[in-house]
Amino acid sequence: MTEPIPRDAEVERLGERLAVEIRRAFRRSLAIRQVDAGSCNACELEIAGLTGPHYDLERFGLHFVASPRHADCLLVTGPVTRNMAEPLRLTWEATPHPKLVIAVGDCARDGGIFRGSYAVVGGVADVVPVDAVIPGCPPTPVAILAGILDVIGQRR
Amino acid sequence: MITDLVLALTQALVVAAGAPLLVGALRTLKARLVGRRGPRPWQPYADLAKLLRKEAVVSTTTSWVFRVTPYVLVATMLVAAVIVPVVASRTALPFAGIILLMYLFLVGAFFLALAGLDSGSAFGGMGASREVAVAALAEPTVILAVFALALRADTTNLGGIVARFAGEPRLAASPGHLLAFAAFFIVMLAETGRLPVDNPATHLELTMIHEAMVLEYSGRYLALVEWAGAMKLFVFLTLLANLFFPWGVPSLAAPAPILLGLLALVGKLALLTVFLAVLETIVAKLRLFRVPELLAGSFALALLSVTAVFVAP
Amino acid sequence: MAASLFILAAVGAALAATVGIAGVLGTGGRLSIPWLVPLGGLELSLDPLGGLFLALVGAAAIPASIYAIGYAGGERRGVLAYLGFVSAMSVVPLAANLMTFVIAWELMSLASYFLVLHDRDRTESVDAAWVYAVMSQIGLACLLAGMLVLATATGSTTFADWSSAAPDLPPGTRVLPLVLLGLGFASKAGVIPLHVWLPRAHPAAPSHVSALMSGVMIKLGIYGLARVSLDWLAPTPAWWGAALLLVGAVSAVVGILYAVVERDLKRLLAFSSIENVGIILIGLGAGLVFAAVGLGGLAVLAIAAALYHAVNHAAFKSLLFLGAGAVVHATGTRNMNALGGLVRRMPWTAACFVFGAAAIAALPPLNGFVSEWLIFQALLQNVRMARLELNLAFTVGLAALALTSGLTLACFVKAAGITFLAVPRSEEAARAHEAPVSMRAAMVLLAAACVGLGVGPTLVLPALARVVGPLVGSELPALGDGLTVRISGEFAALSPLALAAALAIALLAPLGALWLVGAQRRTRWAPTWACGRILQTARMEYTATAFSNPFKRVFDFFYRPAPRLDIEFHPESRFFVERIEYASPTRSLVEEWLYRPALATLSGLAAHARRLQSGSANTYLAYILAALVLLLVIA
Repeated sequence: MTEPIPRDAEVERLGERLAVEIRRAFRRSLAIRQVDAGSCNACELEIAGLTGPHYDLERFGLHFVASPRHADCLLVTGPVTRNMAEPLRLTWEATPHPKLVIAVGDCARDGGIFRGSYAVVGGVADVVPVDAVIPGCPPTPVAILAGILDVIGQRR
Repeated sequence: MITDLVLALTQALVVAAGAPLLVGALRTLKARLVGRRGPRPWQPYADLAKLLRKEAVVSTTTSWVFRVTPYVLVATMLVAAVIVPVVASRTALPFAGIILLMYLFLVGAFFLALAGLDSGSAFGGMGASREVAVAALAEPTVILAVFALALRADTTNLGGIVARFAGEPRLAASPGHLLAFAAFFIVMLAETGRLPVDNPATHLELTMIHEAMVLEYSGRYLALVEWAGAMKLFVFLTLLANLFFPWGVPSLAAPAPILLGLLALVGKLALLTVFLAVLETIVAKLRLFRVPELLAGSFALALLSVTAVFVAP
Repeated sequence: MAASLFILAAVGAALAATVGIAGVLGTGGRLSIPWLVPLGGLELSLDPLGGLFLALVGAAAIPASIYAIGYAGGERRGVLAYLGFVSAMSVVPLAANLMTFVIAWELMSLASYFLVLHDRDRTESVDAAWVYAVMSQIGLACLLAGMLVLATATGSTTFADWSSAAPDLPPGTRVLPLVLLGLGFASKAGVIPLHVWLPRAHPAAPSHVSALMSGVMIKLGIYGLARVSLDWLAPTPAWWGAALLLVGAVSAVVGILYAVVERDLKRLLAFSSIENVGIILIGLGAGLVFAAVGLGGLAVLAIAAALYHAVNHAAFKSLLFLGAGAVVHATGTRNMNALGGLVRRMPWTAACFVFGAAAIAALPPLNGFVSEWLIFQALLQNVRMARLELNLAFTVGLAALALTSGLTLACFVKAAGITFLAVPRSEEAARAHEAPVSMRAAMVLLAAACVGLGVGPTLVLPALARVVGPLVGSELPALGDGLTVRISGEFAALSPLALAAALAIALLAPLGALWLVGAQRRTRWAPTWACGRILQTARMEYTATAFSNPFKRVFDFFYRPAPRLDIEFHPESRFFVERIEYASPTRSLVEEWLYRPALATLSGLAAHARRLQSGSANTYLAYILAALVLLLVIA
């Protein structure tokens, strides 16, 4: 019932912060905390699809957690609105090292269609250090899943 | 003396090493039952190993209680592992009573509730309040179920109960015994935080009981707390398996019988895990203020079991 | 000046404790001063049961007096009353005849009345003292009535004569004094429904006095019940033991149910004392039932377990009251909703209080667990009796004991957690200071006693059995060897020392394991995760009232809360709210169903009787004439 993951994934890795130790730490087990920094919820719907039988992210050792204290990876969506900038930063502060930040969607990359608005700060990278971006508006669940797996080194 | 020590160590190792596998197998089964592939059964080992590599973030509002609690939880579970008849009915230690076992679990609940309050967040307080309420309401059922067992086995010593029932299987086949099993099973659901009392996989804080107290833990502390939780489930299921269906539990502490005992335990735990997975998939979580009704029902079952002994021995 | 008097009290208490322990170990003694007191003279005698309670008084008064040096050493008021209180309590277990007992008992009540009235300016203290005075007089009336009936029936006022004459009295004449004395002692012990003075008086008194009142004075009520049932009117019938057991079960459950929803720290502790008295009565009642059906060994076990719990309760309840006193001393408030965060400002007090909370919640390997375990084991033995009604009574006792045990855990998680942990909820709590050395020393002493009583049942239990054995007239049951307590052969075994050792090793195991696998040891300090909320204040913490909400909902048929919701709207628009006040006070069933109707009836009768006082001298002369004629006719 579950779909196989395609060989190539669209994911941009920013910088070389992905040290070997981080990949080794998270290759088999990644706790993800999803943060909605003002998104239109299209990305959330796609991410929510990952937990169902069709995509099932749990079979790769990934799982969602409720508290950033339990998380290894922050999956951030949305252009960071002014109201969500500080909470996003607090969430990042609350997450223990070593941690990853993956920005999902065009809005998270650089503000997307809301870029330049008075109500948004800009992409996620303007608020917290970002390790990878999965572009798309919204990216398909397959793309999101493949992107995460690529970041933690499971797809080689 | 030496055999006792080796036996104790073996049991502690079996429980400590086997607990994550039990929890993982349960998760995999539940996933398969809803049509997913689910995580692998040994996923919790990977989770624990990863947690041990993370730093621990400790809240500035907490005190020594917060940092001591994970160790207390693991310690009480290890002692429980030693006194429960896991692979042999002979428990070497002179304090292997069932009442003591139940109170050891309460030690963990006490400290975990305090740690929840220590964080100073509404989640921790809420989790602590609900957890102690559920534990308090489950206590009468526990004691009456113990009473029912002790009445039939003429001892509260865990090893003694197992030996007695293993020797006289017809005692175990009585309806009163099955009633006590049902009551104890419901208590297990309440104490280990499984559906329908508490959903261990929920992300909604308002629906949490056990998880809410743990929200503030991270790194090695979280690893210890999760591990202790897994051990608690393992010990409870072992109790259910070996106390109520004691066949296959050897009374000798020699290597060959212990291996057989281990195999028997694995078989019984597998059956119980399947049953628990099916149950958790079928039932929905109860509203918090319906849980006392469930616990009252389990109390009635335990009371029936006890009166069965008095009325029809 | 006052401090030196407290030191004197401590020394005197140590002396009393030594004499008491000597009594427990078998030393007897009599002292008789016939001319000191009318109607019988002063007679004191030391026997094991009295010695035990004398030792309890002395041992509890030592830390209380040391604590008082720091708590009340600066003021003169109340010192003499305190000395009188402790002295009177020491005489009660030694009293050997009616007058001595009654005088000592009354002195004890009077001295504690003055101590409860310590804070005269507060109406709550005055009200508490008043209720306390009335209830202790009612208790004394019952006691006196019962003792006078016994004295007339046996023809003597000496207790020794009562014990020897009791078996020969017909059962009918034994019931009345049994019930009267039972009521009198039960009201002092704080048994439901005669408990109404306890939650008022114990919080109002200064904390060292509260510790003694809860730890020792109510145990003297237990002493009285034990003395009546085992000595003066022995052997008691099975229904008496069963009645004590059921009354104890009700007391225990009701007591802890009220404690769980309390937000006043000392009132919570007072209700918890009622609960523990209930537990002691469960053990005592079970023992008396066993004695009545002829199972002497089990009777000794059950009663010894009850006495063990009495001693343990004195230890951990005193510890908790002293800790609460330190909190009140530092912050000026008893309201838990205004406390919090004290673990950083008062680390010693916090550690001692958490310790005491763990002890009272019966967590192994501390003393509370040992005595509750023993009472459980004694109750489980009811299967040796083949009488269905008694078996059912014992089952009720078991279920009640289990329920109170769970509720105590919840109650003391609340008491310790809300008071000491997390963030201060008020200015006073934020400015708290640690208690002075004398107060800390007293608390640490009591904590050590809790540990000692917890790991040493193999020493304490046989001593208690030796106290009870001769009274029940049975030989002592085999109670195990040096390290293990064994019940009835292989039925149950407990070895607290081994348990403590196992827990200590098990605590080191995860530390060692983490070090072995090279776990990350770095710790980062950060604010509590508050869902990203920017403003995080103490208002977001759980309060004591919130913590007990599940219990209020589950047991609402018992609490019958009367919720009140007052909303103040903005004068210009009902969409804006200025103030919301929500109150949900619980209603006391006992006060509503028993005391209010009783008091109303009394008032009604008194109103009717007042019509006799017409104020007219002629009517009064007529009354005198009528009374004279009546007397002449009768005589």
